[in-house]
Order: sequence, then structure tokens, then C-alpha cells
Amino acid sequence: MLLKEIQSTGNKDTRSGFGDGIVEAARKNSNVVALTADLAGSLKLNQFIKEFPERYIQCGIAEANMMGIAAGLTIGGKIPFTTTFANFSTGRVYDQIRQSIAYSGKNVKICASHAGLTLGEDGATHQILEDIGLMKMLPGMTVIVPCDYAQTKAATEAVAEFQGPVYLRFGRPVWPIFTAGKPFAIGKAQYFSDGSDVTIFACGHLVWLAIQAGAILQEKGISVEVINMHTVKPLDEEAVLKSLRKTKCAVTAEEHNIIGGLGDAIAQCAAKNFPVPIEYVGTKDTFGESGVPTDLLKKYGLDTPDIVAAAEKVIQRKKNS
Amino acid sequence: MADLKAIASQIRRDILRMVHGSKSGHPGGSLGCTEFLTALYFKAMKHDPKFNMDAPGEDLFFLSNGHISPVFYSTLARSGYFDVKELATFRKINSRLQGHPATHEHLPGVRIASGSLGQGMSAAIGAALTKKLNRENTTVYSLHGDGELDEGQIWEAAMFAAHHKVDNLISTIDWNGQQIDGPTDKVMSLGNIQEKFNAFGWTTLEMNGNDMDDVIAGLDKAKALKGKGKPIAIMMHTIMGKGVDFMENDHNWHGVAPNDEQLAKALAQLPETLGDY
Repeated sequence: MLLKEIQSTGNKDTRSGFGDGIVEAARKNSNVVALTADLAGSLKLNQFIKEFPERYIQCGIAEANMMGIAAGLTIGGKIPFTTTFANFSTGRVYDQIRQSIAYSGKNVKICASHAGLTLGEDGATHQILEDIGLMKMLPGMTVIVPCDYAQTKAATEAVAEFQGPVYLRFGRPVWPIFTAGKPFAIGKAQYFSDGSDVTIFACGHLVWLAIQAGAILQEKGISVEVINMHTVKPLDEEAVLKSLRKTKCAVTAEEHNIIGGLGDAIAQCAAKNFPVPIEYVGTKDTFGESGVPTDLLKKYGLDTPDIVAAAEKVIQRKKNS
Repeated sequence: MADLKAIASQIRRDILRMVHGSKSGHPGGSLGCTEFLTALYFKAMKHDPKFNMDAPGEDLFFLSNGHISPVFYSTLARSGYFDVKELATFRKINSRLQGHPATHEHLPGVRIASGSLGQGMSAAIGAALTKKLNRENTTVYSLHGDGELDEGQIWEAAMFAAHHKVDNLISTIDWNGQQIDGPTDKVMSLGNIQEKFNAFGWTTLEMNGNDMDDVIAGLDKAKALKGKGKPIAIMMHTIMGKGVDFMENDHNWHGVAPNDEQLAKALAQLPETLGDY
């Protein structure tokens, strides 16, 4: 498949995909309830609140309490969706999630917006780049990082039907939509192209950039496989290994610290089963800063040219080895 | 009433034998809350020992100060949730009776893990909201240590419960004035806990947690206050280590197991009423 032929069908923020998805989920299942910690507007809950006022719970700026209430709501069959920024959904409430939700096996959906650098101008206090790692380390936690509006909507609807705790990570900026009408299944990798020289595994906003990078690589005659690993945990190991056995090298791309994120998950899978050279595109163990999202992606090495360079480097490493 | 006091005596024996058996655990708070747990499970609550996590139509209890698991486990076993013989596995490997209560091993009667303090009131509120959404006229109870009130999450939850009129919730504070490092007044002054809950918008009452008649009366009174738009808090005055003279009012018995000699001395003060496990 020629990656340059993948066109965006519009532009929208992924958090709006969440806001629309939870309305659909709530229409289908009367047990769906939404909680927020004073960020209902940012998480696009307006329509949900309008349609389901009884099933909407405002917690105020008290995220720890929100997580505990969500855990308690599951007793008796509710399916609570907690909503706040990614930073306040994870690091701030890690012990509450660990004890009351993960260890207790509660069916809570932790829905986290404004993740990563693309939160932009608010700066490093709010730009969490460690949340995927934090959440995937918790036993029994499913971690999903959808790539665009359409996939975030589909993922939101899917997690409502899924039994068990889920961390669903999305973001703030308006971003191209390119998966409309495409199927989404938790734990199943999504292919954008077949290739034999290198695999690019990406998640979240960086899937679109990986497709752009893949198009450039194809123009250069490189056969590239672009795979969307929207479910970071449980990792679709079958898909990862099938691709690595073919391409024998990989780039991982994510809006997250290269420590603890998707790259780590891919590398562990490779190390255990089929070791190959891997290059990581992500933040390099650093905090972010204020700025326009696109400028931040450039400065921190998460842009399309960075993915292209990483692919060329890893192919060279493969040849040298 | 005589029966409840007899049950409490047996539960105290269980607590002491469990912590002695594993050479670890928290006897002090467990002994102090024995009347309360006994009254809840043998009188106040509508509950079914054929455990169903979702518990439709049942009252619920959440132990937020999870370290007093010995009194919780003994009460659950003595009220039929599992065989009392299993109490002998407390804190041992491959047991369902973890050091702090957990759902992970599927022990009947436990609905959420606790131990890391300050989280149980939030969970109880969540469960109470579900009861309301499901149009149930049932009661959700929670128990908290006074030392546990150092945790900020408790006050987040207290504010929430009043704001959202969670009036099917009865939270009890074990006000024994002790925590691990010493008297609460020395570790972190709590001030007047009752006035604090009043100021947060709760209805509060007091009871003597080591007087079975007063506990029964207090729980009845609290239940009568349900459905009036406010969450209810019971200030329960207890003595840490109650029932064993050399443990009473001594914070050193918060989390220490008795040795053989101390166990014998303690058991001699507590009649075996239902048969030791």
C-alpha cells in the first residue's frame, strides 16, 4: 500500500472522539456513568451531561476521591468512566488506582486527555510523558492509546463493553482523521502498509506522523511496514513478531518518554523472542515545556523527519550487524 | 444482647490467636472495634453470607482502616462467609486472608482492597451512589481510624458526600486517640473531629464503641437519620486493645503480636463462647 494515498478525511481533536464515544456507549448501556474532576468541558462531556444528567458525577478538583468513588460504583454493576487530564489521571492518583481499582479488579475506565507534549502551552506540569509506563506496570490494566478522533470514539465504545480496568489515553490538539470506518478491536494491531525493510510501530498522535514518514521512505524506495499499536497492553505480540521476522528491524514512535512506553514493550517482546535492532522516537528522559504543539514535537525529536531518520539509521544498523 | 456480647468475646479470642499464629498483624484497633463489627454483622446490617459482589438489596460495609483485618475476618467467618478454620491461615502464604483485606484471592465478604489508608470512604460513597442509581433503600457503612483522618482523601470524600447528599452512607470513626507513632494529639492533632464533620455538612452523633448496648442504640439512631439529605458520621469512642488489660490504651499494641505467655494471659480474660477455630 502506498502510504501517501492515506488521506485525512477531516481534522478533530481526539478528546472529542471520547466525548462522542461515551454518549454512544451510554445510549447502548444504561450502566455507563461519567465522573469528572472539574474538567467536564475539556473532556467534551457536554452532550453526555445533557442526555444523562443522572449518570454524571461532578467530583470537584479531587482526583483521588474520584478514583475511589469510581471503584465503589462498580459494586452493583455501574461502568464508571473517570475523566481528567492524563497527568491527574495517573501520577497524581497512582496509589488509588493501584489499590482500589487494579488490585481490586474493578471495572473502571480511566479516560485521560491532554496527554503528552501536544498539550502545548500549559507546559511540563501538565504534559505527562510517563503515564503509559505507570499504567502498563499495573497488573491487569489494559492500556489503549488511539490515534485519531474516529479511533478514540471507537475505542471509547469498545472499552464500555470490555470487562476490567482500562487506561484510555488521548489528547488536546486538532489532528487529522484517517481511520474513519476502519474496524477497531482492543489488543489487535492495525496495519497501514506491508513492508520488508523496516517496521514502524506507533501509537497515538504519532501514528499519523509515522504514516507521513513511511510515505517519504517509500518514495526513497524503502519497503516500510507501518503498524498502529493502539493497545500498548496487552501487546499484540503475534503481530509484532510476525512483522519483525519479516523486516528484522524496527522504529517505535510515541508521545511519551522512551523509558516505559510502547518502545519498551516492543523491545521486551523482541528481546524475549526475536532480537533485532530498534530505534526509539519519543522524549529522551526529559520533561517538556510550553510551546505550540508542532514546535514541541520538532524540538523534542518526535516529528516526521525524526521518524524517517530513525528508520534509515536502524536499517543501516541491521546491515552492519 | 447477651448473645452479641458472647460473640464479641469469641471474636476477640480469634483476633489474638490469629495475630499470635502469624506473629504479626494489628490487635489493638481490632480489639477496640469488636463490638462495632459484631453489632453490624449480627444485628444492624441486612446481608447475605452467600457472597455476591454486587449485593443487590443488601447493606454494605467497607473497612477503610484495613490493618484491623483480624476483627473483619473473624466477624465474616463467624457470620458464615467462610469456614472459621480458615482464620488459621491469616497472613500466611497461599491464604485468602491477606495481611490487609483484598478481593484478589476472592475471600467472600471483601468487596475492595484496603490498607493504604484514606481510600475507603470514597469507595463507600461510590457504592452508595450505585445503590441510589439502582433505586435501593439500603445502607452503606464504612469504618475509619482516627489516625487515618490525616489523609487528605478522607476530606475530599467528606466534602463530596455532603455536596451530593449521600444520605444512605453511615461512616464511623474509631476515635481511640492512638496511631502507630503515638497519641494522635502528638503525631498530628485532629482537633474536634465531630465539629469538623459538622462543618463539612454531615449529621454526626457519638457512641461508646465498647459498650454493646450503646453501639446498638447508636447504629439504630444513625439509621433513623438516613434519607434526610446528609451523610451520617458516628464518632465512636473506643479503647485500643479493649478486653485485654495489658493492651488497653497502649499504642505499642497497634501492630504487634503477643508472644505465647502474653497470649495465654490475654485469652484467660476472654471466655471461649463459640469454640476456638
